[in-house]
Amino acid sequence: MALIKTSVNRRSFLKSSALAGGGLMLGFSWLASCKPVTEEEILTLPEEWFAINSYLKIGDNGVVTIFSPNPEFGQNVKTSMPMIVAEELDIDWKKVIVEQAVYSQEKFPGGAFGQFSGGSQGIRTKWQPLRMAGATAKQMLKEAAAQTWNVPSEEITTENGVLTHEASGNTAGYGEMASAAVQIPVPEEVKLKEAEEFTIIGHSKNNVDGKQIVTGKPMFGIDYQKEGMLIAMAVHPPAFGMTLETINNADAIKSMSGIVDVFPVKIYKETYKRGYFDTNSFPEMVVVVGQSTWQVMQAKKEVEASWKPITPSTQTVNQFGRDVIVHTPAELENTETHNSQIDELMAKPMKEARRDGDPDTAFKNAAKVIERTYSAPYLAHNCMEPMNAFAHVEGDQVWLAGPLQAPGVIEPTISDRLDIPIENIEFEMTRMGGGFGRRAYSHYMVEAAIISQKVNAPVKLVYTREDDMTNGIYRPTYKAIFRAALDENNALTAIHIKAGGVPESPLFANRFPAGSVDNYLAEEFAIDSNISTGAFRAPRSNFMAGAEQSFLDEVAEEMGKDPIEFRLDLLKRAEENPVGESNDYDAKRYAKVLKLVRDKSEWATSNPSISRGVSAYFCHNSYAAHVLDMTMEEGRPVVQKVTCAIDCGIVVNPDAATNMAEGGIVDGIGNAFFGEMTFKDGVPQKNNFHQYRMIRMSEAPKEISVHFVDNGIDPTGLGEPPFPPIFGAVANAMYKATGERQYNQPFLKNSKILG
Amino acid sequence: MAKFSLTINKKNVEVDVDPSTPILWVLRDHLNLVGTKYGCGIAQCGACTIHLDGNAMRSCILPIDKVGNQKITTIEGLSNHGDHPLQKAWIEHDVPQCGYCQSGQIMSAAALLKENKTPSDEDIDIAMNGNICRCGTYTRIKAAIKTAAK
Repeated sequence: MALIKTSVNRRSFLKSSALAGGGLMLGFSWLASCKPVTEEEILTLPEEWFAINSYLKIGDNGVVTIFSPNPEFGQNVKTSMPMIVAEELDIDWKKVIVEQAVYSQEKFPGGAFGQFSGGSQGIRTKWQPLRMAGATAKQMLKEAAAQTWNVPSEEITTENGVLTHEASGNTAGYGEMASAAVQIPVPEEVKLKEAEEFTIIGHSKNNVDGKQIVTGKPMFGIDYQKEGMLIAMAVHPPAFGMTLETINNADAIKSMSGIVDVFPVKIYKETYKRGYFDTNSFPEMVVVVGQSTWQVMQAKKEVEASWKPITPSTQTVNQFGRDVIVHTPAELENTETHNSQIDELMAKPMKEARRDGDPDTAFKNAAKVIERTYSAPYLAHNCMEPMNAFAHVEGDQVWLAGPLQAPGVIEPTISDRLDIPIENIEFEMTRMGGGFGRRAYSHYMVEAAIISQKVNAPVKLVYTREDDMTNGIYRPTYKAIFRAALDENNALTAIHIKAGGVPESPLFANRFPAGSVDNYLAEEFAIDSNISTGAFRAPRSNFMAGAEQSFLDEVAEEMGKDPIEFRLDLLKRAEENPVGESNDYDAKRYAKVLKLVRDKSEWATSNPSISRGVSAYFCHNSYAAHVLDMTMEEGRPVVQKVTCAIDCGIVVNPDAATNMAEGGIVDGIGNAFFGEMTFKDGVPQKNNFHQYRMIRMSEAPKEISVHFVDNGIDPTGLGEPPFPPIFGAVANAMYKATGERQYNQPFLKNSKILG
Repeated sequence: MAKFSLTINKKNVEVDVDPSTPILWVLRDHLNLVGTKYGCGIAQCGACTIHLDGNAMRSCILPIDKVGNQKITTIEGLSNHGDHPLQKAWIEHDVPQCGYCQSGQIMSAAALLKENKTPSDEDIDIAMNGNICRCGTYTRIKAAIKTAAK
C-alpha cells in the first residue's frame, strides 16, 4: 500500500457536519442501469446524510452519494470518477448514488481548471484527489469504529461498506459509523490501494445516466425549464469580419406574436482583458426574446440589421497568467485567399522550431528526396446539442445552467461584464450533448446572463443549428510539407517538416519522428485571422497525425520496408540512442501500441481482398495505434474493421473506455472522409447538415476491436488520443485500396450528401 | 394562435399555438416532453424522431396543423417503464456517450423493428442513416438493435 500525504489537499476536505437528508432530491433511478433492468432495485434513502468531504456523503443506512466533480460530455466521467472514489472507500457499487457536483473552487481546488472537461485531463488530473477522497473517508470511518469499539484502527478491515474487527467480533455498516466519522479529524496521511486490489476500477460499470438517456428524461441544458422562463435567440453578424451597426426594425419585431423584446448585446466591456477561452468573433449581436422557441425563431428571421466591417485590432489576452498579443485583421476572409497566403509563406523562410544534426547537408547529399504536401480545411464541431444556456440574474445573484466544459474560465468574464462578484455566481453543469472542445468557449453563458439581466427574467438562450455552425470556434486550417532524405543505401538520413496554418501552426517540433533521425529540421508559421478557432479533439494533433503517418507510410514503401517495422526501427533508435534531449514521447510505450496492434490485427496475415492501413500517434499523454481494413464497393471505400491499441495507463471503466475509443475512430473516419468548412467573404459556406457532411451509420466500420495495454501506470488520458491517428490509417488504407495517396482532407470531397 | 387537440403517448392533450408550430416545439415548449431533441430543424439529423401512427417521423418539420387525428408517440411513451426491448438493449450495450441523439436513434430503430422483426445489417443501415451521432456510437447502436430483434 502507498502512503499518501493528505496535507496538500486538506483544503478540499471541508470539515463538515451532519446534513439534513429527508428533503433532498436525489436521482436514484439510474440504479436500474447498473444491473439487469428486469431486476430494478430502488435504494431506500436514509433519514440523515453525513457529508464526509466534497466528494461524498454517507447515509445513516449505508447508502453513499458520490459527487462527480467534472462536467460530463459523453466521456463517461460521471460514472468513472465516482468508481474511483467507491474503489478506495470500499463500498458496494450497488449502494452508490451518483450526482453531478455543483461548481465550486472551494470544494474542488485547481483554480479555473478544478472542474474542467477537456484535453483528456479529467481522469488524469483527478485520479489522486478522487482516490484520496475515498480513502480519507474510509480512514475516518475506521477511526470512528476504533473509538466506538475501543480497538486499534489498524486492526479494522473494510469490505463492501462494512467495518470489521475480527479479534473482538465487532462489525458495523458505514451508515452506523457515519455520524461518528464526521467528528474525526481529517487524517494526515491515508493508505491507497495497490492496483491488484482493485475490485471496481478495471471492472466495467454501465453509464449511471443510461436509463435516463434512453427514456428521454430532461438532463441537457437545452431541456432546462423554469417557471416564467423566456426564450432568447441571437442574430450574429452574417460574416466574420463584420459587426453590428444598428437594428432597423425593432418595433416591427416587438409587435410580433409572443415577442417580448429585441435589443443589441455587447458581450464584453470596452476595458475587459480577455482570457484564453474568451475566443469570440461576434462580441456584438442582436437578441430576440419571447415566450416560445418557435415564435422567437420566426421573429429572428425577420430581424433587419445593418452590419459594418470591424476595425483591425491588437489585444492583449491573458493566457493563464501570461500575456499574449492577438492581432485581428479586418478583411472578409476567403478559403482561396487563405490557401494562397499559406503557399506564399510556405515558400519563404520561417521560424525554426528545432534542428538536430545537419539537415541541410543531409538533403544536399541525398540520393533521393521525398517531398509531400498535406492540407486540411477548417472543421465545425457540430455537437448534436446546439449551444445554449440558462441564466437567471436577480439583483446581484446569478444562476446559470447549461452545457459547458470549463465553468472556471467563464466565471470571471461574467463577473466583469455584469459587475457582480464571482461568489454570487452559481453554475449548474448539465449533461452536454457533445463538446469536443467547443464548449470550453462558453460565450453563450455570458450572453444568456446579459439577456436575463436586461429583461429581468429567467432566460434560456438557444442557438439554432445554423447559429451553431456559423458562429463556430473551428478547428483551424493547416498545411504541412514533409521531406525525407534517403542515402545511396536507401537509408533515412534526414527529415524536414514545414508547417503552418490560419491562425496557428500545427507543428509539435519535439514529437516523433524527432529523436529518431540524426538530421532533423522543423519550421513553422502562422497567419492572423478574424475567424474564431480553438480546441477540437486535439486540433493540431489530428492534422499532424494524418500528415505524418501518411508520409511515413510513403517513406517506408520507398525504402521497401514494412510500414510497422519501419516505425518500430525509428522508435528503437529513439529509445536506445535518442537524438536531442527534448523529445516529448516515450519511445517504448509508443512501440508497444504498434506491436499490440500488429499482433491483434494479425498484420502478418495478408488477405488480398482487404486493403490495410496502419497509423500510430502520441498526444495528450497517451499512445494509440490503429490498423484499418478497407474494401471498395461500387467505387466507394468501405471500412470493414478497425483494430485499435491504446496505452492510457490504468483503464477505470473498460467498456466505457472502449466506447470512447470506438467513437474517436468513427468520428475520425467521418472527418477524414467528409469534414470541411470553407469561407467566402467571411461567410461560412455551410450552415446545416444538408451541406455539412457527417458520417452516418452505413459508413461506420462494420467492426471495431479495441485493446488496452495493461501496464498499471496511473491513467494518462483517453478523450483525444484515439482520434488523431485514425486520419492516417484511413489515408494509408485508401492508398492500398485505390493506388492513390491522399494528401488533402477531406478525402471524399465530392461525395454525394446523404440525407 | 389556434387550439389543437392531440393524442400523445395515449393521452389527449390540448394546446393553443400558432398553426405552423412544428410538433417538436409543441412537445418541448408546451408539453414539457423534452426527450424529443432539436438537432437541425430541417429533418437532416433525426434527433427529433417521433412516431406518427407508428411510423418514424421528423417532428422538427411537422407542423401541428398537419397532424389531424394521427397518434403521436414520443420516447417518453415508447414503453411504460423504460423497458422496450430497444431501451433494454441500449443499456445492455451501454450505447450512449453524450446521449443527446439517442432518443431519436431509439425511435427510428423502434419503427424499423415494428415493420421488420429480423433486420439485416443493410436494413439497419438504411433505416438508421437519417440519424446522426457525432460521438460515433453507430457500431453499438447496430449491435443493440440486433440484440433487441432477437
